[in-house]
Amino acid sequence: MDLLHVNPFMYLAVSSALFTIGALGVLTRRNAIVVFMCVELMLNAVNLSLVTFSKMHDNPSGSMFVFFVMVIAAAEAVVGLAIIIALFRNRQDVDINNVNIFKW
Amino acid sequence: MEALLPLIILSPFIGAAIIGIWGLLSPAFRHQEKLIGTIGTLAVFLPFLLVLNTFLNYQHGQPVTFELFSWMATKNFSVDFSYVLDEASLLMGLIVTGIGTMIHVYSIGYMHHDKGFYRYFLYLNLFIFSMNNLILGDNLLVLFLGWEGVGACSYFLIGYWFEDMAKAMAAQKAFVANRIGDFALLVAMFIIFNATGSLKFADISLSGDVAFWVALLVFIAATGKSAQIPLYVWLPDAMAGPTPVSALIHAATMVTSGIYLIARMSEVFLQVPGVMVLIAVIGGLTAILAALIAIAQNDIKKVLAYSTVSQLGFMFMALGAGAFSTAIFHVMTHAFFKACLFLGSGSVIHAMAHMHIVNDPQDIRTMGKLGKYMPSTSKTFWISTLAIAGIFPLSGFFSKDEILGKLFFAGHEHTMYYAVWAVGMITALLTAFYMTRVTYLTFNGKKRFPEEGHPHESSPLMTIPLWILAGLAVVGGFLGLPAVVGHGHYNWIAGHWLSIEGAPVIIDRILHAPIETEWILIIVSFLLAIAGVAFAFSFYKKYDLQGDLKVKSFFGSMYRLMENKFFIDEFYNWAIIRPFVWLGNFAVMSFDKNIIDGIVNGAGYATTATAGIFRQLQSGLVQKYAMLMFLAIVVLLGYVMLG
Repeated sequence: MDLLHVNPFMYLAVSSALFTIGALGVLTRRNAIVVFMCVELMLNAVNLSLVTFSKMHDNPSGSMFVFFVMVIAAAEAVVGLAIIIALFRNRQDVDINNVNIFKW
Repeated sequence: MEALLPLIILSPFIGAAIIGIWGLLSPAFRHQEKLIGTIGTLAVFLPFLLVLNTFLNYQHGQPVTFELFSWMATKNFSVDFSYVLDEASLLMGLIVTGIGTMIHVYSIGYMHHDKGFYRYFLYLNLFIFSMNNLILGDNLLVLFLGWEGVGACSYFLIGYWFEDMAKAMAAQKAFVANRIGDFALLVAMFIIFNATGSLKFADISLSGDVAFWVALLVFIAATGKSAQIPLYVWLPDAMAGPTPVSALIHAATMVTSGIYLIARMSEVFLQVPGVMVLIAVIGGLTAILAALIAIAQNDIKKVLAYSTVSQLGFMFMALGAGAFSTAIFHVMTHAFFKACLFLGSGSVIHAMAHMHIVNDPQDIRTMGKLGKYMPSTSKTFWISTLAIAGIFPLSGFFSKDEILGKLFFAGHEHTMYYAVWAVGMITALLTAFYMTRVTYLTFNGKKRFPEEGHPHESSPLMTIPLWILAGLAVVGGFLGLPAVVGHGHYNWIAGHWLSIEGAPVIIDRILHAPIETEWILIIVSFLLAIAGVAFAFSFYKKYDLQGDLKVKSFFGSMYRLMENKFFIDEFYNWAIIRPFVWLGNFAVMSFDKNIIDGIVNGAGYATTATAGIFRQLQSGLVQKYAMLMFLAIVVLLGYVMLG
């Protein structure tokens, strides 16, 4: 089976499945690292759909956009992991339900 | 000389500026009394020379005008700092700057060693500046500027010794009472501008209702400045100021500005006979009320203050009768003898205070026989007393007789004038009595201060002005000889100077007077004055201070009223001030505290309360927020895609 000639909706289906998994992970998991990984999953789901649309419409800007998302994701990974490490150093815990100090 | 005319206005202002700024910057300058006094006096003497020069070269009916600069100019309305020297303003200008100069000289002696010497001369020069604006301004707005200016200077000078709470309060009282009148003048100006579109004296010609309201409001303004019922109460208290100030501001010049204003607007007043009657009645009531109070006072300045109120009442009687030029004539003679009396009382107070053995240097009960020690003061005081009492041929006789005569003749117009005339006759008698009383008890009779006291005559700086003023008080009356002498041809004030062919500044009501009636009136008022003075003199010569007890039993229970100034102050306190204080307290305690503060604090409370509800949403749990975001996006997307 030639991957290039698969019905593009298959890609979109995979993309939405990935996005849903990521979103559910962000909303339900309590471990900050897992939540963080789920965010990455959502980003990559979006990347996949961007590439697919780019191919479908024969328009390269979608593919170009993916690079930007990757760069942002990389930067975000750096900052996000740094925050999680800092959090762990202070509280010996990465359960986000226990990190609720930003309230009245 | 024309080019120098602006100096009439500017010179006192420059004097005030030099004394004020230099005194403020250099403490050493404040003790240079001779220098300050010279600057202050010259700043007033120069305008006097200029006014005198204009007066001597004056062509009748051709006013001299000069302008400083344009104050404001719009399409429909313009006001300039322009001044006019005509018959009326020249006469007032001579009085103000002439007597002003003498009082400046006198003050150098009187205020010697006072720590606020420079401040005093600053205010005095500022007063002359304002007064010149008031009398020379050719429109109502410049007059109003001067009107407010003299009020402010009067306030400064009454409260000159402001460390004394009573004196500061007296200043405040004067200011507030004056403000009521000033408000009426403002409203009158609005009405005049609305009716004529101009505030120049030359353009004011009103009729009907407008004339009525303007006349009434201007009269109310005059009752404030010129101390008539119901606003006269500030003037007796104004005696808290230094005595030369009482002479200049509260006897000779400022308090006559209401009379001057009404005389200037005589054309308007002549159209509303009702208001004229009211003016005469108020003048008569004020005159007799103040005269009755004066009989029972023991403070030499208080007697003179009530006498001033009473004499101002005479001027208003003249205005009411339509004899505007006679009122101005009395303003002039009164300025001479009353300034002399006040300066004389200042000399007495000065001498009494310097003995340091009496409690109150103003109480005539601790004086007596001062004439032996102070010959100049005593003689000039007696001359002025005889003048104010109306003894022939001193100045007071002519002006007062003319007022009473005009009132009698005005009886043809309205019978009320006869009643006012009768009140005036009684007041004239009372005046002769109480003035003789105060003068006798001060300068003659028994010595009532302790034996070791040796009062001294004041310095020539103070006695020379006294003699000049006494001289004027003697001869001043000949400017207005009664009509019986040469059919009014020799009445220089009314017949020649103020009422002239062409464009008269001040229009008198035409009163027909048979010559025989006038002769009778002259003889009656002549005898009345003589009788009053002679009776009072022999009465107090016989009984000395015990005479007051006889007077007390003569008046019976009314004497208590007279002694306590008819409880007018207490009545005002009860009827006006107390309700106002109550209203103020209510406004602060109830309205402001509860309602205004309630609204302001309520806004804060409402914010806190709503925030208390919504802050529950902020749990700090990130996933809760993320959940809300997702749900919101789902809802929004659903809305966009399906809706």
